[in-house]
Amino acid sequence: MAATATVRLHRRTVGIRRALAPIAEARGMARAMLWTGSGITLVFVLLAIFAPILSPYGFDQYRTSSGRFAQLAHPGHGHILGTTVQSTDVLSRIVWGAQTELEVVGLALAFGLVIGVPLGLVSGYFGGPFDRGAVLFMDAMFAFPPLLLAIVIAFLLGSSVSSGVLVAALAITITYIPQYFRVVRNHVISVREEPYVEAARALGAKPLTILRRYVFFNVVQNVPVIATLNAADAVLTLTALGFLGYGVQPTQGAEWGYDVSRAVSDAASGIWWTGLFPGLAIVLLVTGLTLLGEGLNETINPVLRRRSIRKVDFAAPSLEPASEILEP
Amino acid sequence: MSANGEVLVSVRGLKTYYSIRGSFLDRLVGRTGAAVRAVDDVSLELKKGEVLGLVGESGSGKTTLGRTLLGLVPATEGSVEFEGKDITRLSEHDRRLMRQRMQIVFQDPHASLNPAMTVAQAVGHPLEIHGRASGREEIRMRVADVLERVGLSPVEQFMDKYPSDLSGGQKQRAVIARAIILNPVLLVADEPVSMLDMSVRAKILELMLSLKRDFDLTYLYITHDLATAKFFCDRIAIMYLGRIVEIGPSEAIYEDPKHPYTQALLRAIPEPDPRRTIPRDLPRGEVPDASRPPLGCSFHPRCPKAFEVCGWESRDLKELLERRWSGLSEEGFEAERAAAGPVEALDVPATHVKWQAHGGAHGGDLRGILDRARESDPAEPFWTGVRDVADANGALEVDWFDPVAPRLLPTGRVEVECHLYDDEALAEAAKRRESRIPR
Amino acid sequence: MSAVLEVRNLRLWYGTARGSVRAVDGVSLEIDAGSVLGLVGESGSGKSTLGRGILGLLPDGARADGEVLYKGRNLVGMSQRDLRRLRGPDLGLIFQEPMTRLNPLLRIEDHFRETLEQHESKLTDDAIRRRSLDTLGRMGIPPTRFRQYPHEFSGGMRQRIMIALALVLRPSLLVADEPTTSLDVIVEAQILRILADLKENFDTALLLITHNLGIVAEACDHVAVMYAGQIVEEGPSRDVFAEPKHPYTRELLRSTISLDTKELHSIPGAPPNLITPPSGCRFHPRCPDVMRVCPARDPIETRPAPDRRVLCWLHGPESEIPPGGDEPAERQKIAVAEEA
Repeated sequence: MAATATVRLHRRTVGIRRALAPIAEARGMARAMLWTGSGITLVFVLLAIFAPILSPYGFDQYRTSSGRFAQLAHPGHGHILGTTVQSTDVLSRIVWGAQTELEVVGLALAFGLVIGVPLGLVSGYFGGPFDRGAVLFMDAMFAFPPLLLAIVIAFLLGSSVSSGVLVAALAITITYIPQYFRVVRNHVISVREEPYVEAARALGAKPLTILRRYVFFNVVQNVPVIATLNAADAVLTLTALGFLGYGVQPTQGAEWGYDVSRAVSDAASGIWWTGLFPGLAIVLLVTGLTLLGEGLNETINPVLRRRSIRKVDFAAPSLEPASEILEP
Repeated sequence: MSANGEVLVSVRGLKTYYSIRGSFLDRLVGRTGAAVRAVDDVSLELKKGEVLGLVGESGSGKTTLGRTLLGLVPATEGSVEFEGKDITRLSEHDRRLMRQRMQIVFQDPHASLNPAMTVAQAVGHPLEIHGRASGREEIRMRVADVLERVGLSPVEQFMDKYPSDLSGGQKQRAVIARAIILNPVLLVADEPVSMLDMSVRAKILELMLSLKRDFDLTYLYITHDLATAKFFCDRIAIMYLGRIVEIGPSEAIYEDPKHPYTQALLRAIPEPDPRRTIPRDLPRGEVPDASRPPLGCSFHPRCPKAFEVCGWESRDLKELLERRWSGLSEEGFEAERAAAGPVEALDVPATHVKWQAHGGAHGGDLRGILDRARESDPAEPFWTGVRDVADANGALEVDWFDPVAPRLLPTGRVEVECHLYDDEALAEAAKRRESRIPR
Repeated sequence: MSAVLEVRNLRLWYGTARGSVRAVDGVSLEIDAGSVLGLVGESGSGKSTLGRGILGLLPDGARADGEVLYKGRNLVGMSQRDLRRLRGPDLGLIFQEPMTRLNPLLRIEDHFRETLEQHESKLTDDAIRRRSLDTLGRMGIPPTRFRQYPHEFSGGMRQRIMIALALVLRPSLLVADEPTTSLDVIVEAQILRILADLKENFDTALLLITHNLGIVAEACDHVAVMYAGQIVEEGPSRDVFAEPKHPYTRELLRSTISLDTKELHSIPGAPPNLITPPSGCRFHPRCPDVMRVCPARDPIETRPAPDRRVLCWLHGPESEIPPGGDEPAERQKIAVAEEA
């Protein structure tokens, strides 16, 4: 029994290893981008997960039992990155901010995927009036400037939904659903004409079975790339919302964009640490996610993929003679 | 071979048309585009246990006929009766059930396997779809059996491979395994070996023959390759532009091809025989556009034996001029072209045209062009179809005999759709020859 | 007859992640002026790489070694610029799929103008037109269609246009890589007729690359059979087909399905992978006549007749076969599924 179980496990892992093979084979620039991107992103993920442990103070904490923190304290003693005008610790706000950013972005991506991908699948496979309507609607969404759309949604939801994270995630996701929809739908339309889909029809498979077993896996390959690149974009949108005062409210969590907006007035009086550090955090996370996305793109996308090639060497040792040597 | 006379599939008056989208303007004013007559009134029967070859060039409609037979493409008109049920009228649900009885093998083995499914998943999926096996282990066992049967052994070595890890022949074996795992009675094989290397083709055909014996299968073998069809099929149907032009037992067709098209196809096959050279007198041109087929017999513009009743018309005149001009010197061409004007005017099918002379030329100049063309090639069958040529005020009126629709008639051991074997058509042609207005 | 192109011990290898693919491995060849040489082999035999390599068209990471002599110059190692200058007026190429090689936005007329202006800048507009129309006319394309776009032509017409585009520069050698594979049988025969008549009409030699033995038999004066990167047999096609010397040629002919086929025959096994090809004779694992010497030593080219050569130990040289080497050897068991 144990043997068959391992065999079955082996069978499962074949698929996973096959899917990951291009990543292991990545070379050169793609490999560098992939690893740097994953490294940076991982740091922020760890910060977010272990914020309660890593962060010296709470995100809105301005005092301890021993007293109130100094306002606008220089980086150094007690506060490595200094404090803000509200006496909060800059480092703590960055660490807790990582949690907010990743929560919002993760939720936004999840919503986008859960809504955009199935819509694209169904719309592309079945076509007809539903498809035409969906395409029209999605294109109309594309026509809005993404930030404006996000602000409108955040404004509309802000009064009825109490969780700031949820409001921000929904506001951002609206701008991404059309992207997933469009990419998946267009891909489905080309896959729909593949002989293996017709073969599945000839086998008597129901349309939903065909979508699930034959179409889905062949169209979702690009989705991780778009999702990662969108994540980078989503960070920027979220911080922009925060900068403008929408999305996650100061009472609900630390948010880098909000911190940067508060630091604008500080900069004029030579107080650089309140703006620089959250700004750097934004830049780093966006860079990390972008590198990861582009790296994935170059490894997964067969058009861009470069495999390592061994140089041709004509002087390589000639072939081994066969084992059955002619001896009497 | 083992055909016992019981009819498995009966196709009656089947038509499959595809409508092509008109231009943007057409759609704006609500005009529908033209229809491609992929299958145009085909009737045939498939007997249980036989191998019927459906042979034709691309655009002949052979693939569409195969797809319509399986209900993968909706029929426009006519019926396909399979085991007593008309497939064209079945509900989607019943048609899915019917799939267990009829299967298809495609031309491109690579494209017909889902790249994201292993061999075991792909071959076992039909069992899952129709609930014909319970549990993963039973499916796996059944898959192992069928893989063994199609020669993919040792089975364990192939079960968990992806299509991209297999060679072309191995992939086609997996496709065949997937098609036979439900024990169908009918297998449509659409060019199953044409993408494979020579040395592999024989192995796949051998496999298909042995499967046919073991599982009592009936094949519809769709191909453009008369050589494999000769070896493989009991009966052959030759298709041209959506119609069957000749059908009969293989030996009869290969020993004594009746239709000029069948004769041309057989002569055009490059044979690995160094004593043969490429024939010089092949039919000219290519298969015409199926949305605007020639009048009368579709093959007449290319047919070396066409005559009075075959359906000569304006587009044949256009082609005649173009053929003439491609052989002329530039000066000769320019002079004639100036008088003839744009030949696109002759593109509308008609048996009577008023051919306008251009650049101050007269009808007589146009007649001169025709006379010179006739002089240079008097044997050209086009001239048999011309009833009258008359000058008319700066134009030339050309009049052709009316087309006679060809009929599929029994001739010897085969059925042929050609006026050469139709006594009524021959009599009509003789009458027309008499009646032609002398010049 | 003098050779228009001479290939001597040419090796074309390209790099992959798993090592060098020996696509062409020690090929020698002569193409006589105005003759048609058929290069035949299964997929993966290296025939396409050889055809392109002769013209200096190699994929990234490929390297060439040996000589390709044209008019006394070695094309191997020649600069890309010099090669480009030769390609067209001296060495032409026709591909399998004509539509991908014609620019859909350019009229046929513009294709010819561009080609001619690039290589013969002194031609007047009138001369360009005259020459283009003349070449097209000989291919059976009417002058009325000179100003049309590629999509307005059928597949066979497009291939005729491609051939005309290659011939309008009057090259001395034309390489045609599976030029009729995507065409129907009657159109294929029309195109082959044109290619076989090149000698009379244009004085151009032709290297016709194909997998179809029938095409070689009917259209080519000479044939070279390629297997696993090597030419295993070469000679006048009439003689080679009537009496094949190499077991591979013989088996390939037997497994070809023609109108005369009475029973099916196939070669067991599959062509070898060219990164680590079999030792000795590359065909030995599949060869019905394998001898003990075959896997042990590389075969030596012999000439069983003045104009034929073959790469097989069956034809000697006797002096090189060690004692007992000509005894039959056991062929390895090949599973059904080990095929291509």
